[in-house]
Amino acid sequence: MKAHGTVHKYGDNVDTDVIIPARYLNSADPKELAKHCMEDIDANFVSEVKPGDLIVAERNFGCGSSREHAPLSIKASGISCVIASSFARIFYRNAINIGLAILECEEAARDIKNGDEVEADFDTGVITNLTTGKTYQAEPFPPFIQNIIQKGGLLKSIME
Amino acid sequence: MGMTMTQKILAAHAGLEEVKAGQLIQANLDIVHGNDVTSPVAINEFERCGATGVFDKSRITLVMDHFTPNKDIKSAQNCKQVRTFANKYDIDNYFDVGTMGIEHALLPEKGLVVPGDAVIGADSHTCTYGALGAFSTGVGSTDMAAGMITGQAWFKVPSALKIVLTGKPGENVSGKDVILHLIGMIGVDGALYRSLEFTGPGVANLSMDDRLCIANMAIECGAKNGIFPVDDVTRAYVDARKTRDYTVYEADDDAEYDQVIEIDMSALRPTVAFPHLPENTKTIDEAEKEHVVIDQAVIGSCTNGRIEDMRAAAAILKGRKVSSHVRTIVIPATQQIYLQCIEEGLAKIFVEAGAIVSTPTCGPCLGGHMGILAKGERAIATTNRNFVGRMGHPESEVYLSNPAVAAASAVKGYICDPANL
Repeated sequence: MKAHGTVHKYGDNVDTDVIIPARYLNSADPKELAKHCMEDIDANFVSEVKPGDLIVAERNFGCGSSREHAPLSIKASGISCVIASSFARIFYRNAINIGLAILECEEAARDIKNGDEVEADFDTGVITNLTTGKTYQAEPFPPFIQNIIQKGGLLKSIME
Repeated sequence: MGMTMTQKILAAHAGLEEVKAGQLIQANLDIVHGNDVTSPVAINEFERCGATGVFDKSRITLVMDHFTPNKDIKSAQNCKQVRTFANKYDIDNYFDVGTMGIEHALLPEKGLVVPGDAVIGADSHTCTYGALGAFSTGVGSTDMAAGMITGQAWFKVPSALKIVLTGKPGENVSGKDVILHLIGMIGVDGALYRSLEFTGPGVANLSMDDRLCIANMAIECGAKNGIFPVDDVTRAYVDARKTRDYTVYEADDDAEYDQVIEIDMSALRPTVAFPHLPENTKTIDEAEKEHVVIDQAVIGSCTNGRIEDMRAAAAILKGRKVSSHVRTIVIPATQQIYLQCIEEGLAKIFVEAGAIVSTPTCGPCLGGHMGILAKGERAIATTNRNFVGRMGHPESEVYLSNPAVAAASAVKGYICDPANL
């Protein structure tokens, strides 16, 4: 499986309160949540994001609240993959559990710039910056987690 | 090689003699928890995957605390959905308006979590119960749904930071200052994926309310959990309210830690975290010099809404008035604490000082309701996060402190040391 799109770039410690502010948590509908994704740090995100685009951020992406509304809103906004130097642990679990593709790669997270065109291969973990031609290798997931992803999320994997 | 306290609890719940950091395990859970924001998403997933029952109706806790009493129609619908689910599956521990309190104050108070438990909760501050000597961690709604169905969750066994506490906190220094100081030292991802294991002779000098506050904010440095040893203070607290028998686990003497950090609590000053990260800490002495004028003070939350917090705030506010430009909102975290505030005369002190006393709710902490900030406004709050937009407008600011500092600042109108009142 591959992701291919334009990058929306952010820095360290993007917390789930800015990914989806609590004032919208009275809804659990991913489409409704996507209308407000990232708006407190990037008012243009919702109008600029296109299906297939990627988010690239630096350290500790998704820190703070455990709200699954955060990865849900990112996924529903059309983002195909989030690449970061590191993820906060609850966001990491949530993304895997709901089937939002994520890759940890410090070098790619540092180099890739806003607006770059990037391709990411989830099977191999290879990230290619088509704008600069540079490639990166992300940390592969352990087999246990690959299994959850392949089954289409945690609940599908446990209901088998 | 020995195991940390967390590793021992995880090994026991996975049916294993031994576990090692990095190992992936499937653990049995004692409690699966959710609130009015996260449970609807979990229930949607539960129903979508065709589940027909819960693993144990006595081991699921559902607390309607974030947007309650319901602030709008959508949150009312969410609570109704959870209420319907609780009725359908006859969930024993469903708490709604009248019985509910802020989840992480309520569950320990009701004796629903006991030492040695393994707990997941669809709320990041579920790590609070580590104060009781339990392994407890925040997860998302899908993990909660899976936990309600199977009574299990997968974990990567964490390594740990050992936090050795020594000394006794001085006047106007509390558990909040210990944890803010630690987060200031190691940063908001300083314990990412790892446990914080608190130990040392200073632990005996911390009340249960202090420990609950410290464990509560373990997530603010990225930790999977924060945990305290079980001692006489724990036993006295738990034995008075436990709903089940419990097992006490101790770290092995030869347990391995990634890092050992010593904190002499007698040397700590009241500490304030400046916007927009909990790691942006300053001592009250540095903070006061900046003359940060505030518009609101919030005293409450799962971090600092317990009876000792109420007493600390009341001790400052007694016989004083809050500044005319500071809206002061006091939120006892549970009905029991609310009642104690009335019985001990604290509620009267708050109202006479010009503060309001709210029914239990998470409310303003996450910018839900009951005290939202306008553009450019500043609040001092005893809450746990000061992220961009956390309490309202994206251009508002939150400063985190202990209850005594928040109360003193409400009186002066700017962030100040209670000793300087």
